[in-house]
Amino acid sequence: MNAISISNLEKVYPGEGEAYALKGIDLEVEEGDFFGLLGPNGAGKSTAIGIICSLVNKTAGKVLVFGQDIDATPVAVKASIGMVPQEFNFSVFEKVKHIVVNQAGYYGLERGLAYEHAEYYLKKLGLWEKRNVQARLLSGGMKRRLMIARALVHEPRLLILDEPTAGVDIELRRSMWDFLREINANGTTIILTTHYLEEAESLCRNLAIIDNGRIVQHTSMKDLIAQLDSETFVLDLARPIGILPEAPGCVLRKVDSQTLEVDVPKEQAINEIFTCLSDKGIEVLSMRNKTNRLEELFLDLVKTNNPKPSTTKAAHAH
Amino acid sequence: MRTRQTFVAFKTILFKELMRFTRIWVQTILPPAITMVLYFIIFGNLIGPRIGEMGGFNYMEYIVPGLIMMSIITSSYANVVSSFYSSKFQRSVEEVLVAPVPHYVILLGFTLGGVARGLIVGTLVTLVSLFFTDLHIHNFFITVAVVILTAVVFALGGFINAIFAKSFDDISIVPTFVLTPLTYLGGVFYSINLLPEFWQKVSLINPILYMVNAFRYGILGVSDINVGIAFVIIGLFVGILFGVGIYLLHRGVGLRT
Repeated sequence: MNAISISNLEKVYPGEGEAYALKGIDLEVEEGDFFGLLGPNGAGKSTAIGIICSLVNKTAGKVLVFGQDIDATPVAVKASIGMVPQEFNFSVFEKVKHIVVNQAGYYGLERGLAYEHAEYYLKKLGLWEKRNVQARLLSGGMKRRLMIARALVHEPRLLILDEPTAGVDIELRRSMWDFLREINANGTTIILTTHYLEEAESLCRNLAIIDNGRIVQHTSMKDLIAQLDSETFVLDLARPIGILPEAPGCVLRKVDSQTLEVDVPKEQAINEIFTCLSDKGIEVLSMRNKTNRLEELFLDLVKTNNPKPSTTKAAHAH
Repeated sequence: MRTRQTFVAFKTILFKELMRFTRIWVQTILPPAITMVLYFIIFGNLIGPRIGEMGGFNYMEYIVPGLIMMSIITSSYANVVSSFYSSKFQRSVEEVLVAPVPHYVILLGFTLGGVARGLIVGTLVTLVSLFFTDLHIHNFFITVAVVILTAVVFALGGFINAIFAKSFDDISIVPTFVLTPLTYLGGVFYSINLLPEFWQKVSLINPILYMVNAFRYGILGVSDINVGIAFVIIGLFVGILFGVGIYLLHRGVGLRT
């Protein structure tokens, strides 16, 4: 069964120009998947998630969550979803434990069971010691983890995270990744939006790229990576060089006298380049990716979808 | 959502509301009591004896029911409008909106939170009034029924105000420009029989007049209007405002984009 089936979903924000946030998207997410929804700012990711979670009214289209229509059976749909929004959305004057326990109450969990669940998830996310602290006194990373604990307290089948690691330091981000992998392995379907493409590459098995209200790519991470035809590496040299050397089958560029950039086609072995440079007496001290490889592909896909057409209803209709 | 789960969700909203205003009781419970003490001293003790009798009672006895009702109206309204608007402002209202809580449960939870604060403040003001006058209850059932229904009306009003409010200024406009004038002109301090005939008729379109007089009837046994009509009008307001609240929640006005 699909966790999410979206067909022809449209959202128009009324007002001057009637901005189209979603232009008829189709999307399917399998149950148990770890799915990434990627896209630049304003692409329509948060709008799509808002519609699934009943925070945004759709203009047209159909959304099924575990086979149930969000319009026909909103209560059953809501019960199966846990939502971690992009912005902090809890009362900052409430204590941490009350935020989580009250959320469990909204889902119908009796007080005793709600406290048990709250304790489990607050401990899992390293917030148990802060349970009696007002939320406003938490650090940014703790607030993010509080929202994850709150979203999980009723143990949903589908967890939706909208930029969950924005502004979170690397160490904490990695520990959150481990935690998300663990709950996904335990059967929870996860949909993640993120700007960190490394995060998507590390976590997601399938993904969709949304740009300007349209899905421009809907595939598995493996197939997406396979679309890369070359990667760019930066080579730091031991000594300055005068003339730019040539290497067969790839393009070399001189960044400065001690740094080279090289575009390596997917089918070419990197060893050949090192051998070639070594033959010319050039010693390479270190090598690194110029950018994250998924980032390059993402930018290519989004660029292909541009120049962006007008987002007005009139433009869309024509 | 099963009945039991729905009840748990309702209890959670109501409990959260009770915790909110009792936690900040210095801001929510105490000020109305202090204000009413000033009214009792100035209008009852200092000016009252010069006014003489009204409706067959001394002036202090006559204004006490109106002042109790005024504190209930103000507190019920203020509780819901500030609580619900704050939850919109902080976006914590999304906690309830994403959960499988039926709309009527959301409305009932917030409304009864406002009613609870209104009743607590009303009880406190009643106790304070005993320092200034003897209070005899003419009809206990009418007194309690009017208090509860009036608190419900203004709690619902506060909810609807909060739904439309886009800034903190918007939650003070109705209390300042609508509620306070209607309350002061609603027979709290005088009998409308003192007014010229034209203004008596104008006063009859003020719903607060019916609430104050029905409550005064419950305590003193005197009223400017028919108590049965007052109950019908208060009941109509409860029904209409509840319907409007549900409709707004269903449409997501001010809550969903």
